[in-house]
Amino acid sequence: MARQIEAAPGRRALRARTMTGAQILVEALRREGVEIIFGHPGGASLPIYDALYDAKDIRHILVRHEQVAAHAAVGYARASGRVGVCTATSGPGATNLVTGITDAMMDSIPIVAITGQVPRPVIGNDAFQEADVTGVTMPITKWNHLVLEVGDVAPSVQRAFYLARTGRPGPVLVDLPRDVLQESAVPAFLDGIPVPGYRPVLDGNPRQIAAAAELLATATRPVIYAGGGVISAGASAELTALAERTGIPVTLTLMGKGAMDETHPLCLGMLGMHGSVYANYAVHEADVILAVGVRFDDRVTGRLRDFAPRARFIHIDIDPAEIGKNKPAHIPIVGDASRVLAALASQVRAPQIDGWWAQINTWRRRYPFRYRQGEATVSAQYVCDQLNRITGGEAVVTTDVGQHQMWMAQWYRPRGPRRFISSGGLGVMGFGFPAALGAKFACPESLVVAVVGDGGFQMTMQDLSTAVEYRMALPIIVLNNGALGMVRQWQTFFYRDRRSASILRNPDFARVAEAFGARGIRVERPEQVEPALRSALAVEDGPVVVDIRCDPEENCLPMIPSGQSVAEMIIDE
Amino acid sequence: MSEVEAAVATISVLVDNSPGVLVRVAGLIRRRGVNIHSLSVGPTENPAISRMTIVVDTPPERTEQFAKQLRKLVEVRRATAVDGAATVDRELALVKVNATPGTRMEIMEIANVFRASVVDLTDRTMTLEVTGKGEKIDAILSLLAKHGIREVARTGQVTLVRGAQAT
Repeated sequence: MARQIEAAPGRRALRARTMTGAQILVEALRREGVEIIFGHPGGASLPIYDALYDAKDIRHILVRHEQVAAHAAVGYARASGRVGVCTATSGPGATNLVTGITDAMMDSIPIVAITGQVPRPVIGNDAFQEADVTGVTMPITKWNHLVLEVGDVAPSVQRAFYLARTGRPGPVLVDLPRDVLQESAVPAFLDGIPVPGYRPVLDGNPRQIAAAAELLATATRPVIYAGGGVISAGASAELTALAERTGIPVTLTLMGKGAMDETHPLCLGMLGMHGSVYANYAVHEADVILAVGVRFDDRVTGRLRDFAPRARFIHIDIDPAEIGKNKPAHIPIVGDASRVLAALASQVRAPQIDGWWAQINTWRRRYPFRYRQGEATVSAQYVCDQLNRITGGEAVVTTDVGQHQMWMAQWYRPRGPRRFISSGGLGVMGFGFPAALGAKFACPESLVVAVVGDGGFQMTMQDLSTAVEYRMALPIIVLNNGALGMVRQWQTFFYRDRRSASILRNPDFARVAEAFGARGIRVERPEQVEPALRSALAVEDGPVVVDIRCDPEENCLPMIPSGQSVAEMIIDE
Repeated sequence: MSEVEAAVATISVLVDNSPGVLVRVAGLIRRRGVNIHSLSVGPTENPAISRMTIVVDTPPERTEQFAKQLRKLVEVRRATAVDGAATVDRELALVKVNATPGTRMEIMEIANVFRASVVDLTDRTMTLEVTGKGEKIDAILSLLAKHGIREVARTGQVTLVRGAQAT
């Protein structure tokens, strides 16, 4: 509608009709290219739903819990690289988004959350279903805003999308009182978005880049440590080019999985608490570390002073506040990862590191990831390994949080970015299945597989209804070890095996699936794993839950205990 | 040189005058478990922008990280850790002290030394207005203490960098 206003200025007066705040919101979303919204309606957001009723080009996916809407928006954003959108009503609806918004904040994922709010005259009066959601979400959003004038609806939405997707991406929340949504006005969209205090720096400082190129060229034991920032910047090609040009090994964080094809010979896979021994040894022994799009998370570094103790650090990040936050950078470079890596690759010379590679390859042969698959019980790692083989690392995989997440991180080797989606920073149980819903809506042509634990799945599995309703081809692999496996493992290692509240009494997940109208497959023996995975991945018209009864005692190794260093790594030998 | 204690840092922040900005700034500091010694806010030469002078209990090596985190707030235009620069630091205090006709003169003498002015007088109290660095205010308070201080209101520190350089 409004686009036609611009196209035909002569008819402006005729076309510039008034709209309700809710209609302006929908038009603003349309202008941002939104095609899909995950949400759950309620009293305060009813005007939005009434406006959506007429918007045939914007699909609304009705989820069964607002938490799922937020995680699905994250899954959508991570699989597609676009901004994910979720919506909830005021009060309990809005507070149910909080976990998903925090997850997006921790993992720097662009989502816009639209919440209904009680009408302006009763704001602050403890009205029915009132919560101060802009107050609640202040520390977990990049920006949030309570819209108090109907004329501010369009600019707020424009600003929200701009802030969500630019710079370091993140979640933004726009809170809309019901009476603002009902009030009428002629919509006024801004041509530019004035945010004076916000100017992301994209190009790195050329002098610093030159210094980095020189340091890399003279390094004897260099390592590239790449993270989620490479994926959000779309810098995979630049990262790979830099690695190939220099021959420097690349290790990836959990968030960076797939930033480089993990079957590439220069790629050492994941580092950190449950990363490979060889990646962690390489980082520990490195003399120069090129850190790009990473935040030196404690799950990666362990005890900070023992992290790469002899290395000089080059740190590339779009967020200046990340540089020097945990580890001082000798060469700090603020900028967009794709631009900085491209500039660096164009001027760096390859260092002489044959001896370094010989050392790394010795570690690689000596300490591969390993598991034992016997004849009786299924090893969860075997399932992850099979899934990697069957999909060839081309599927979009989402996970929950816990042992299965780390096993998938160890065994699944994505062939490129946006194929491994997991809650990294916040570590949200219940994330995997909703994120898969969002990813599947984003990429309906791709194979999307949710790999979840029995604990996490029970936190959001009510949304099987949603997957059934939309006939989504979505295999859900439950690595069911009858326990909160990672909790049980920590109790085993650090609490004298006192299993306090970590053993789960589970439903029969295959029958649960059938009750929801999905398909269910139960796997109890190793030889059933591959056929069950293959048949689940082949189903095209609905979700399939594959309940795989796994070894309840299997531990996730290697492991660097929390707050310790590579020297204290527990290795499975 | 600004004469602040070693573990205390002064950060000057220019912010948009928008609802909630004070909470955002204070919340960011609170989230890091850091105590705010003083925080003063007032409009600048541009009515759309306010200046906050924040004195926080944080070691100098963390101050720049603090400023960087503050700059991430969309409403923050500028955040500068001013320690180490030549600055003008001022604070204003109103001090209501017990004063009988017999002790008035002595209190006036103290006030004169500190260039404080008497802004209220009753047969039992005097109220002084004093400006200066925090230490100066601490000093006059300690001298007045023996007369019995009834109430004190302090504004918290405001700071500008000396000379042409912006704060």
